[in-house]
Amino acid sequence: MKKAFPILGLLTAGLLTYALYQALVVAPTEQTMGDVQRIFYYHVPSAWTAFLLFSINFLASVWYLLRRNPVADMVAVTTAEVGVAFCTVVLVTGPLWARPVWGIWWTWDLRLTSTLVLWLIYVSYLVLRRFSSSGQTPVLAAALAVFGALDVPLVYFSIWFFRTQHPQPVIGGGGSIDPRMLHVLLINWLAFLCFAFLVCWSRYRLEALWREVEEVQALEALAETGSDRR
Amino acid sequence: MKFLYAAYAATWIIHIMYLTTVVRRYARLKREIEDLGGK
Repeated sequence: MKKAFPILGLLTAGLLTYALYQALVVAPTEQTMGDVQRIFYYHVPSAWTAFLLFSINFLASVWYLLRRNPVADMVAVTTAEVGVAFCTVVLVTGPLWARPVWGIWWTWDLRLTSTLVLWLIYVSYLVLRRFSSSGQTPVLAAALAVFGALDVPLVYFSIWFFRTQHPQPVIGGGGSIDPRMLHVLLINWLAFLCFAFLVCWSRYRLEALWREVEEVQALEALAETGSDRR
Repeated sequence: MKFLYAAYAATWIIHIMYLTTVVRRYARLKREIEDLGGK
């Protein structure tokens, strides 16, 4: 597994470079917005990746609540953290696209507001995990994650069922997209998925190592207490 | 074009900043493991 990581890292770097070339050079220029529309190839795959990671977080949290499995807890914290990074990208690239196209950085419409709320929920999840020292922290965090995940479908379907400033869906929901643009979009999504997988892998290993070290430290502290009493 | 480049740059700045925090935590963990080994 240790050998696979650098190989996958190199392949992912190659794929990300190829995806960037496709987005900047190969994809056709959109007629109304011009080149700024190419933000689409980073904004949308980042949003889909964040949704996927938050969905895995939801499943892992449910699994943890049902079985108290530490692996599920580690998967949950990993996917929440990496998901927040991708959601941050969405919240930063969105206004950078909106400003030249809409003339404003931000508007409080349902899609944008629910995405911001989603980000805040998962940031509070991470803050809870970081600063709470209670033994019940994983349970509380899992419960928060289960409720937080309810926002994911709200964000996704907000533009399907409500009239918003945000554009209507281009895939499904009656929208349409040039097949060449769709091809570039999917290549970029694949590249970001590979990147997210590698980041999650590193973060998961870090979490597993931390827990091992904490266990050894706790055992040492116990042993020291025992020897002090004798 | 400046908004396009700003968005692409911002994406990678965010990811690199996050990866830096992961690497730092790895370094701190490595020190903890060395301390444990030294005892």
